[in-house]
Parts: sequence; C-alpha cells; structure tokens
Amino acid sequence: MNVNEIPISYYLLLSAFLFACGVTGFLIKRNIITLFMSIELMLNGVNLSFIAFATRLGTLDGHIFVFFVMVVAAAEAAVGLAIIISVYRTRETLNVDRVNLLKL
Amino acid sequence: MKLFFWQPWLIPILPLAGALINGLFGKRFTKSLVATIALFFTGASFLVACAHAYTLTSSGAAALETSYGTWIRTGNFSVDFGIYLDHLSMIMMLVVTGVGFLIHIYSVAYMDHEGGYYRFFTYLNFFMFFMLTLVLANNYLLMFVGWEGVGLASYLLIGFFFLKDSAANAGKKAFITNRVGDFGFLIALFLLIQHFGTLRYAEVFSIASHFPAETSAGVLTAIGLLMLVGACGKSAQIPLFVWLPDAMEGPTPVSALIHAATMVTAGVYMVCRSNAIFSRAPIALLAVAIIGTLTSFFAATIGITQTDIKRVLAYSTVSQLGYMFMAAGVAAYSASVFHLMTHAFFKALLFLGAGSVIHGIGGEQDMRKMGGLRKYMPWTCWTMVIATLAISGFPPFAGFFSKDEILWQAFSSPHGSKIFWLIGVITAFMTSFYMFRLVFLTFFGEYRGQASQAHSSHDDHGHHAPHESPWLMLAPLVLLGVLSVIGGWVGIGNRFEHFLDPVIQKVSVEQDTAHPGEAVTTPVSEGEGAPGESKGLENLLMGVSVLVAFAGLGLAWFLYIKNPALPAKIAAASGGLYKLVLNKYWIDELYSAAIIGPLVAFSRVVLWQTVDQKVIDGSVNEIAVAARDVSQVVRQQQSGLVRSYAGWVAAGAAAVVAYMVWMGTR
Repeated sequence: MNVNEIPISYYLLLSAFLFACGVTGFLIKRNIITLFMSIELMLNGVNLSFIAFATRLGTLDGHIFVFFVMVVAAAEAAVGLAIIISVYRTRETLNVDRVNLLKL
Repeated sequence: MKLFFWQPWLIPILPLAGALINGLFGKRFTKSLVATIALFFTGASFLVACAHAYTLTSSGAAALETSYGTWIRTGNFSVDFGIYLDHLSMIMMLVVTGVGFLIHIYSVAYMDHEGGYYRFFTYLNFFMFFMLTLVLANNYLLMFVGWEGVGLASYLLIGFFFLKDSAANAGKKAFITNRVGDFGFLIALFLLIQHFGTLRYAEVFSIASHFPAETSAGVLTAIGLLMLVGACGKSAQIPLFVWLPDAMEGPTPVSALIHAATMVTAGVYMVCRSNAIFSRAPIALLAVAIIGTLTSFFAATIGITQTDIKRVLAYSTVSQLGYMFMAAGVAAYSASVFHLMTHAFFKALLFLGAGSVIHGIGGEQDMRKMGGLRKYMPWTCWTMVIATLAISGFPPFAGFFSKDEILWQAFSSPHGSKIFWLIGVITAFMTSFYMFRLVFLTFFGEYRGQASQAHSSHDDHGHHAPHESPWLMLAPLVLLGVLSVIGGWVGIGNRFEHFLDPVIQKVSVEQDTAHPGEAVTTPVSEGEGAPGESKGLENLLMGVSVLVAFAGLGLAWFLYIKNPALPAKIAAASGGLYKLVLNKYWIDELYSAAIIGPLVAFSRVVLWQTVDQKVIDGSVNEIAVAARDVSQVVRQQQSGLVRSYAGWVAAGAAAVVAYMVWMGTR
C-alpha cells in the first residue's frame, strides 16, 4: 500500500489525538517532567500534521517547519531540564502546584 | 550718541533695566552697589524725562507721539507700543521720576537696617517702570498694562515684610480691592473697542469729539462710569478706599512713593486723560464729583481720630485724592492735575518726614508716644511743618494755590455746585486741623515715649533715644520742602490752567448745562456765572479758605497745646460718634459682613466642599475605586498555578477553533 494512498484525514486524526493526549496530560498531571513529556507530545502531534500536508502538497515548507520545531524543542528540553533540576534543588519537589510563587 | 539718549522709550526702560540688574544679580551685590544701580537708572530716567519735557514745551506741539511697532493686530483693530507725550503726561512723568528719584535717595538710608535690601530696590525700580508705562502709553491697553503692573508692584511692596501676617494680608487686600476696579476699567476698554474700534488716545478723542454731549445715559456715560470704577479702585475712593490705610504696612518710602505721590493718582490721571469722554457724559462727571466730595469729607473725618502717624497721612491722602476727583468731576481737569502735582510734593514730604520720625525713635508709629521731637530732629520737624502748611492751604505754600483753584472751580464751574464747595471748605478745615494735630502731637509738647523700650514693630531700627536722621534722608526732605513752597507758584495767574489747555477738549457749555436729566439725578443746583466773571467773588472765597485753614490751626493749637487734656474729654463726651469715626465707620466690618463673609461662605460650602470635594475629587476617586474593584476580581486569575493557565489557554484555543468552525460551516 502506497504511502500516498492513505487518506490525509488519517494523519490528521492521529495528529489531533496525539495533541489532545498532550493537552490532557499537561492539564491533569502534576509532575513537571510529565508535563514536559506532554509538551513534546503536543509538538510532535503538530509535526505530524506538517509532514502530512507537506507530503500531500509536495512542498518543502512543512519539512522546514518540522526541523525548526525539533530544534526549538531540543533547546527547550535542555533549558527546561536545567530549570527542573534547579527547582528540585531549591524546593525539593517536582509537584507543579507547589511551584506557585509567581502570583499577586 | 545724542540721538540714542533722545529716545523717549528710555524713560520707562531705564528703571526696568535697574530692576532687572538688581533683581537678577542683586543678591551678590554689596548694599552700596545695589543702591548705586537703583539710583543711577532712576536718575538717568529723570534726566531723559527732563530733556523730553524741554523738547515738548519748546516745540509748542500739543503732543508728541511715537510708535515702536505693533503689539496686537487682529482685523481692523490694532494696538501699538507707543509713547504719547503731551503736557499732561509730561507733568506726570516729571512727578514720577523726580519724586521717585528723591524717594530712592531717601530709601538708601532708611532701608539700611532692613533685610531684603536688593529686593526692595528691585521692586521700587519695577514700580517706576510700570508707572511710567502707565503715564506715557499712547493707548488705553498699554496704560492698562502699566495699571496692572503698578498694582503688582504695590502688592509686592505692601507685603514687603511678608513674614508679618498683617503686612501679607494688607498686600492681598490691596490687590483684591484693585481687582474690583480693574474689572470696571477692563469693561470700559471693551466698550471703547466695540463702539470706537480703537484704543489709541488720539483716535478715541477725535471720535469722541464728534459725539454730542449726552443728556441721558448713553455709551459715553457707561464708559465714563466704568472708568470711574477703575479709578476708584486705584485711587482709593469710596467705596474701594479700604485698602489704602492698610497699605501703610509697607515700608514708609513705599507709602510715600506709591500710596501718596504717584500710583494712587493714576485714577485721577485716567479721568483727566479721558476728559474728552467725561466732558460729554455729564452723569459720569457728576458721579466723579460726588464720589470725590464724599470721599474727601469722610476720609478727613476718619483722619481726625487716628493715632497712628502713617494712618493719619493715609486718610489724608484719600481725602486729598477726593479733592482731585471733585475737581475732575466739575470738569476742572487742570485744577485736578495741579493739585495732583502739589500733593505729590507735600504728601511725599509728609510721609518721608513721618518715616524719619519713625526711624528716629525706633519704630514707634503711635503719635501718643511721640511729642517734643522738635528738639531732637529739627530738620524733620520744620520740613514737616512746611508740608503741613502746604496741605492745609496757607498762602504762599503750594497747596494753597491748587486747593483754592479746586474750591473756586467747584463753586463756579458750570458742572459745579455750592454744595461741593461747602463740603470742600469743611474738609479743608478738617485737613488743617488733623494735620496740625499730627504736628503738635509729634513735634511739640513733651516727649512721651520711653527712652529704652523694646521695639518689635517692623520699622525697628534698634535705637534708644530720639535722634535726627542721616543727611541722606534729610536731603530729599529739604528738596521736597522747597518744592512744597514754590511748587504752587506756577499756578499764579492761571498759568497752569493754560498750560494744560492743549490736553483738554473744550465742550461748549450750552450743550452741557441744558439737560433736565441732571436736575433729576442730583439735588444740587447748577453753578451760576461763567468762570473768571467775578474776580471779587473769587477773592472772597480765597479768603474763606485761608480763614478755615487758620481756624483749623487754631483749633488744633487750642486742643493739643493749650489744653492737652481736652481732646480726651471731648471724645468721651461725644461717645458713640467718636467711636464710629475712630473705627472708620465700621466700613471694614461692614464689607467683611456683607461681601467677604458671604463670599467666603459660598466658596467654602459650594465651591470647596461641594464642587471641589464632591464633584471633582469624587469623580476622580470613584474612577480609581472602580478600577480597584475590577482588578480585585481579575487578579484572582493570576494564581501562580501553571496548569490553571494552561487550562485557560486550551479553553481559549478551543473557543477560537470552535468559532472558526462555526464561521466556516455557516
């Protein structure tokens, strides 16, 4: 079965499912590392949409976006993990609900 | 070089230069440098003024007018910076610069012990600038600038000892009272613009000359009456005279210069300057005469009872200004200006002499604590006596000629009446009485002050025994004394009257007398006979006025030298009347109850507590409170919980997507 024969709606449904999983995980989980993974899931859900459209339309734009997203995600992961370590060292918790000092 | 010094604008600008130099840098100057600068610029201004006076009189022209460019131009209406030099402004200019210069000299010594030396001379020069602007302007608007400027200088100088509450209040009182008058003057200017389309003297007077004399109230009457309101404010006439006695809180040279010799005569100057308008508005003219007569009478009665030496002189000034208004009101403008000039000499002298006395006995102003000072300060004493003889109208002193001219004109002028004359003569008697009372109480008898009392008054010079003032103060006294003697001689044989002829527009007598309206508005009868018709009558009236002057002298001598105990008995016997006069007819109390009280109450309750606090503050506060309440609700959103934020972002995104889907499917 050729890749092109799979309808694009399949890709989009999968992409939406992944994104929804990410959002749900972000909203219901408390551990910061889990939240991080949820973010990755959302990003990759979006990446899947880009790739699907790029392949179907035969353009390179989507691929380029995906590369950018992956680069930014990698950078973000590096910085984010550093922050998580720092938070854990100072507050001795990874529960995001207890990291709530930034408020009025 | 000669051409440069020939510019008439130098006359007002020179004192301004002095004021600027002293005002900007005077703080770092030594006292002598400050005094030198002030004296130099004032003296130079006097010399230039003399040069121009000479040019004017020798040229034989009626007026020299110079314009230095346009100040305001809008439509057909324009106002210039211009100088108008005729015989009237010439006299004013010479009086202002000449007497002003003498008073500057006097102040050098008098203010020596006071703080704010440079400030004093800055204000004084500043005053000279505005006063000269006032008298030399070639249009009413520039005159108004000077008019307001002298008001400002007067305010600053009355409140010169601003740490003293009474001085600060007196300054405010003068300024606010003058506002009332300025209001009238300003409306008169608006009327002039509306009906004449110009404010330039030459144009206004030539247009006015085409008007017939108004038999009933018309435009000219309205303008004249409003100008009279302005003049009443500046020249301290009823009902706006209350500020002048309080103005005595200022240093004595200021009282001499501003509140006796020059500024307060600005109203008289304005009325005389506007004679073309007043002569055609008999009702306004009559109002001038009535106000002048009443003021001269009532101020004189108050002067009799006062014990503060400067206050006696202040009421005397008000009274003499009333004379000038009376003269102007019977269309005897030249007599009015003549008295203005002689009054400037002898009243400046009286004030400076009073200042010398105050200086000599260490700040005491109460005449009851003086006495016998003749022995301690002979120069002051005898120059004061000369001035007193002059103001009381003894021949051949200056006041005799001018006052006699006024009384004669009040009697004989077609606008005059015997009532004016009668009140004038009674006032002359009172003038003579209270002035000699002042002299006798101050210089004769025994010294009643304590030799070494603690002085707290503002003119405190820290001396203990009475002593004569330094020559720098005596020289102006002597010079003014000479002027008080000979100053009136220019009026012999009506020379002064003819001198001012070019200034005064003649309005034919038939036009003026034949109006039934005046007979209704006034109970006085018309004066009969043309002026100059009866020399014998004039001499008789002259004899009467000399007689009342002697009577005043005699009565004062009898009460204060012969029987010093008698005045107190008389005062006790007359009871209520004495109290009424002593308290100045309760005028201040009346004003504060009738005008100031309601005004303050209105301002407090309506303007402050309602408009300001409730409406303005209230609306601003309400807006702030509303913002705070909304924020109170919205700030709950910023909980610090990351997942809550994420939830809102997700919900928002969902809402946007739902909206787009809904829009797309429609």
